[in-house]
Amino acid sequence: MQTVHDPTISSYYVNDELYRNLVENFSDWQREELAIAAPEVRDRFRLLLEREARLLDELRFDEWLAMYSPECIYWVPGTPEGGDPRREIAVSFDDRRRMEDRIYRLRTGYAWSQAPKSRTVRMISNVEVFATSESAFRMVRSNFLISEFRVDGTRFLSGWCGHRFVERAGRWEIQVRQVNLIDCDRNLRNPSIVL
Amino acid sequence: MLEKLNASRIESADLYDWDELVQEDRVHRLIYTDPAVFAAEMTNIFGAVWVYLGHESQIPANDDYITVRLGLRPLILLRDAHGKIRALFNRCTHRGTTLCRKDKGSARIFTCPYHGWSYLNTGKLRAVPWPDGYACNFNEAKYNVAQVPRVDSYRGFIFATLNPEAPSLIDYLGAITKPIDEWLDRQPKGRIRVCEANRLKYKGNWKLAYDNSGDGYHVVFSHRSLLEMENRQADVANKGMSYYKGSPDTAPMYIAYMGNGHHFKDKRPNIQKRAGGLWAVEGPAPGSEHYADALRQRFGAKAEEILDLASSEPVNINVFPNFSLLGNHIQVFEPVSVDETNVTWYGTAVVDEDNALGGAVDEINALRMRTQEQFPNFGEVDDLANFEEIQRGLACQEDEWIYMHRGLGIPGRVKTDENGIITAPATDEVFMREYIKEWKRLMKATPKLVVQREP
Repeated sequence: MQTVHDPTISSYYVNDELYRNLVENFSDWQREELAIAAPEVRDRFRLLLEREARLLDELRFDEWLAMYSPECIYWVPGTPEGGDPRREIAVSFDDRRRMEDRIYRLRTGYAWSQAPKSRTVRMISNVEVFATSESAFRMVRSNFLISEFRVDGTRFLSGWCGHRFVERAGRWEIQVRQVNLIDCDRNLRNPSIVL
Repeated sequence: MLEKLNASRIESADLYDWDELVQEDRVHRLIYTDPAVFAAEMTNIFGAVWVYLGHESQIPANDDYITVRLGLRPLILLRDAHGKIRALFNRCTHRGTTLCRKDKGSARIFTCPYHGWSYLNTGKLRAVPWPDGYACNFNEAKYNVAQVPRVDSYRGFIFATLNPEAPSLIDYLGAITKPIDEWLDRQPKGRIRVCEANRLKYKGNWKLAYDNSGDGYHVVFSHRSLLEMENRQADVANKGMSYYKGSPDTAPMYIAYMGNGHHFKDKRPNIQKRAGGLWAVEGPAPGSEHYADALRQRFGAKAEEILDLASSEPVNINVFPNFSLLGNHIQVFEPVSVDETNVTWYGTAVVDEDNALGGAVDEINALRMRTQEQFPNFGEVDDLANFEEIQRGLACQEDEWIYMHRGLGIPGRVKTDENGIITAPATDEVFMREYIKEWKRLMKATPKLVVQREP
């Protein structure tokens, strides 16, 4: 479908079709027979994930956003199986505009949960790449460990990410990123960084 | 036995001179920092008054259960095999082991993982392995699971107390039932369904959250980043809580103290009372434009009132000590220790079995989920950071007092009506002064808490 609306100022692409696709197709892609073993393919996506981690650690949010498709989703489920975002609230479920909101807020200087800012380092590992039925898409599963230092100590946030990449004009862009915290259904202290 | 325990324990009443700690215009830091005060609160507050446990939609069918807490006591809140709602202590009568270790589920029988004692979900002991090794009579009530003696619901909201002397739930809620009714009655058939939660916690005393729940003074400061964010693209900068800018005390919104520690901040008078009035000030959410356009195409002018269901209701309805309705959330305060608290923002969805919304219920809920995620993500996190910084500040032992005297002593500012409801401008701290009086009354008391067992 052609983009007729600017997703940075209005949200038309978050619709029943997008939700249905996420609920039906986003959990069921880690099939062994679709795994891509070729090192050069795995390397290509591993490098993209490592770059994303570095940009977030360095708070280079404009470059981070530029890794995403115009119509993208940043999704942190509140239930271990992901849940149905049509019927359940999530920790976060951002479209492009809300991702930009998130960044804008952190930059106002008045986001007290990030004043002072957290310092983070992210480890990305266990990167697996999967083909899908459409050649323009790749699904990537990875594990993460975020060490976050803020004010009174260092804590660890861990889990796994599902990235859906789409190839557009010769470039792989992140279309959907699902961040699955291992403790996503427990009370979280100050979840104010971009995960 | 419980009677003896009550007598031998240091009673809260004897712990401090409570009138010294809670004064007209200020409170002592110890009420937020002293573990002994916290321990007393777990009896005198989270035990002796009606405490919110959960919503009936979380246990819709017989045998459904969720695990919750009453103060620090782990409970299984369930609908038993006969449909009765019970709050069982989540503890095997044999050795004290946690009986049920899941967050939710359905079970007619709970079997202790440690020695295999099993119980019906009425709490009655069902069987003990190798009973001929016991000389006792297992039909005695003392072997059945302890449960909270008084469990009652108000329109789906389940509360419980261990205090036989407490008033009825309806009397305890009193005047706050009116805003609760209005909050529910804007939904079709006055019904909602709990749908997961934004679960947060902070390193601070639980009362810091309850102090905040009616606070109209902090909004433009603590939430400045949110207000700037949600108005960054608006043609007219009026989204969300923008009505707090300028002079909030002369705006028509108000704070009301409703008795028994409950208070109500009513911001509805600031919003145009018309179909679509709430939607007009709702901040941008994922899917806003798509769903608004789709519903308007299908329903014409009627779409506006449907869209209002995805918009935040501008109220804070705070029921002492742990329950708050705000926007479309049910917020629950759960003390963990003197300086740690869980605040869980349960989402609510519209239920429309009679199809009053002409088939729009799934779409409006999809939108309502996204509007509800906004405040916990971009507003509450900053409040919680500020609560943590209060707790840190209170480590200054020699600087003893915390003030709550905004509005105190200004003639004509605070009004009391014939029913005893006290109203004041929205930034007034009168609700803190009044609820903490009730807290003080409860801390001076010597409640005799009891449990019940099936006969």
